[in-house]
Amino acid sequence: MKLLEVKDLTIVFEEGRQRQTVVDHVGFSMDEGEILGVVGESGSGKSMMAHCLMGLYKPHERVAEGSVLFDGQSLLDMPAEARRQVQGNTMSIVFQEPMTSLNPVKKIGPQVEESLYIHRKDVGKQERRELALKALQDVELPNAREVYDSYPHELSGGMRQRVMIASAIVCRPKLLIADEATTALDVTIQAQIIRLLRKLNASTGMSVLFISHNLRVIQEICSRAIVMWQGQIVEEGTVEEIFRRPQEDYTKRLIAAIPTRRKRRGF
Amino acid sequence: MKYVLKKVITLIITLLCISAITFGAFSVIPGDAAVSKLGVNASPQQVEELREEMGLNDPIPVRYLSWLSGAVRGDFGDSYQYDNTTVASLLADRLPVTALLAAMSFLMILALSLPLGILSARFSGKWPDIGINLATQVVMAIPSFFLGIILTYVFGLVLHWFQPGQFVQPWEDLGACLGYLAFPAAAVALPKIAMVVKFLRGSVLAEMQKDYVRTAYSRGNTKGMVLYRHVLRNAFIPVITFLALVIAEILAGSIIVEQVFSVPGVGRLLITAILNRDYPVVQAVVMYVTALVVVINFLVDLLYQAVDPRIKTSG
Amino acid sequence: MKRWNYSLLAGCILSGAVLALALVGQFWTPYDPTAMDASVRNAAPSLAHLCGTDNFGRDIFSRIMNGAFTTCFVAICTVLIGAVGGTLVGAVTGYFGGPLDNVVMRVNDVLLSFPSVLLALVLVSLMGPGTANIIAALGILFIPSFARIVRGEYLRLKNQDFVWSARIMGAGNLRIMFVHILPNLFVSMLTTAAVGFNNAVLAEASMSYLGLGVQPPETSLGRMLYEAQTYLFNAPWYAIFPGVTIIIIVLGFSLISEGLRERESRG
Repeated sequence: MKLLEVKDLTIVFEEGRQRQTVVDHVGFSMDEGEILGVVGESGSGKSMMAHCLMGLYKPHERVAEGSVLFDGQSLLDMPAEARRQVQGNTMSIVFQEPMTSLNPVKKIGPQVEESLYIHRKDVGKQERRELALKALQDVELPNAREVYDSYPHELSGGMRQRVMIASAIVCRPKLLIADEATTALDVTIQAQIIRLLRKLNASTGMSVLFISHNLRVIQEICSRAIVMWQGQIVEEGTVEEIFRRPQEDYTKRLIAAIPTRRKRRGF
Repeated sequence: MKYVLKKVITLIITLLCISAITFGAFSVIPGDAAVSKLGVNASPQQVEELREEMGLNDPIPVRYLSWLSGAVRGDFGDSYQYDNTTVASLLADRLPVTALLAAMSFLMILALSLPLGILSARFSGKWPDIGINLATQVVMAIPSFFLGIILTYVFGLVLHWFQPGQFVQPWEDLGACLGYLAFPAAAVALPKIAMVVKFLRGSVLAEMQKDYVRTAYSRGNTKGMVLYRHVLRNAFIPVITFLALVIAEILAGSIIVEQVFSVPGVGRLLITAILNRDYPVVQAVVMYVTALVVVINFLVDLLYQAVDPRIKTSG
Repeated sequence: MKRWNYSLLAGCILSGAVLALALVGQFWTPYDPTAMDASVRNAAPSLAHLCGTDNFGRDIFSRIMNGAFTTCFVAICTVLIGAVGGTLVGAVTGYFGGPLDNVVMRVNDVLLSFPSVLLALVLVSLMGPGTANIIAALGILFIPSFARIVRGEYLRLKNQDFVWSARIMGAGNLRIMFVHILPNLFVSMLTTAAVGFNNAVLAEASMSYLGLGVQPPETSLGRMLYEAQTYLFNAPWYAIFPGVTIIIIVLGFSLISEGLRERESRG
């Protein structure tokens, strides 16, 4: 069964009489338990598409047409209250900026627990704390109890991104959107986070929509990917295929832009 | 606690500097205190005797030190304009009145500006916000003493809700006193309410742009929940500093508004002292206000630490 | 599409109207502002006397025209003193930095945390009341706020490329400070000046109201309110019209500064 089916999704940016199409008739689907990569340069509309799936819109942004079927529900025409019940519950997101994505004046614990507090009214305070600690352990933070009582500024960037993932998975969502989640981190931490996401995917069956501008990172985390360029999907297939027989000019250039060891030696 | 100690030392140094500067300034200005006390018809010999008695012939540093040693014990010398009255007793009569007035207007500011500012930010761009915006813009342009005059006219002379000029001391009838002070307090508070509303609105809107707000929305928070659970605490941090400034402004505002409503407080004392060149009183009032402002800033620094966890570890 | 800057427009209309009245008042007023007329004491507003008359039968509208001029004159002089002094202090401390900067800015911060009316009262009690003294006292008090803005701008600009290129071309420090950097401060100075003008108008009005500012036979809006208070019951218009004039001036200039800021942020 398909977990996510996006059809003809078109997002426009409107201000005054100006109208710009940022995501243009995008269609793809994801299976349950799949990791799907989305690759494209900045401004290709991939982040905006992800935020739209999540129900986050900036001012002047609007879905012009298309449909999104998630877990058997049509996301775009459900009432706002039902839409809110999906956010952070069955679908959640991790953003690019671990340094600023956490509330600076709240301790980590309450922030990780927040989705539970909002969506699982039946879960008591004590149990919430335990589930949050469990989530912090799941993201391989060594001293979960200590982290639980810390403030964001007391943690490193890599730790904060783990906290962000913990807060995203605390409700055990079916789909996790990782929007450039490793971009701001240095290479070793990046590799750790990728490994962590793969592990979570394998152990819980949670699907991951992994968005990155870096083809190499995409190659490491998923088997199937879509390539976006100027708001459109220009290529779709297994990562192998994309690498071996790039169909589109743009993809070829994207691959050529990856620094390889051989090239580096040449300089 | 090293941080607190450092702050206390800065506080004392600031007070010493300001007292020295004001004392120096009042010492070098032309005009002889002894002459002004005795009147221009006094004989030179009388003036000379009084100068000696008042210690005016000592060099300025000596006079400053003797003034300072008195001041720390609460003794600011004698007033020039009222015979046989110490500055301390003049202040003791008037301080409670001004304190009451300032406290009332501060409470009014808190009670009105916080909800209005939040409301305005919550509905930014919609009609409650537009209405509040227009009102703050206009109210900020009204000088507090003119507001006082209008309140006197409308509530005092036309509606007779209070008797302008018939101030009741707090120790005689606290209820009547508060009823009277409510009007000057409102005159002081209104322009400041507008300022705080505007500042708070700006602060909340700036916070709403931050990344953590997006995170909060992604967890399924409604706009109201994002505001109350995440944004407000962050948005209040700069407002605290602003409120400290507002307290200083309340004191300044009450100096003038006391004049409008004939409230016998520190402000009225200061104005009459200035008009009569009663420098010991002016000096003492300046020191009191200075000390108050400096201490408030000090408390705000401490409050900051309590609200913003980021300061504790770095400070 | 160009959007109207309503704040700027409304501000210019309001303050322009009052300034025009004040200027005209220097050459022509409906009545002699000092001429007393016992037959029309405390007369209510009418077609003959637009704003009524005061206790001596003087025409309030004519007096407002004169008083507004004095008030604006004091405010403009004050802002000029503050701007020139503040620019010198801010430019030197911001451009050169070092221990001098530290000390001056400390003093600046202490001064800024004090209510300006109180400091003005102290200065006036030292110098005595009067128009020239009030200009001097307020002007000195306005130096710190300008100095802080100017210093900030110099800190920001002093390491920018155009300054370096000027230095390489052999321009001296003074030339760089005042020929190369200073023109860039125009807009922020304009905004600060508009705010400063308002504070000056309010401060002058307060001081004159307390009887410590402008002395008769000269008149200012604050002085008129001082005189009007005694006759509040018999002639409320005596207080209302000068007060409303102050409000219009201040509202106009705060709208102008708001509009300038809006224009700057829109780019």
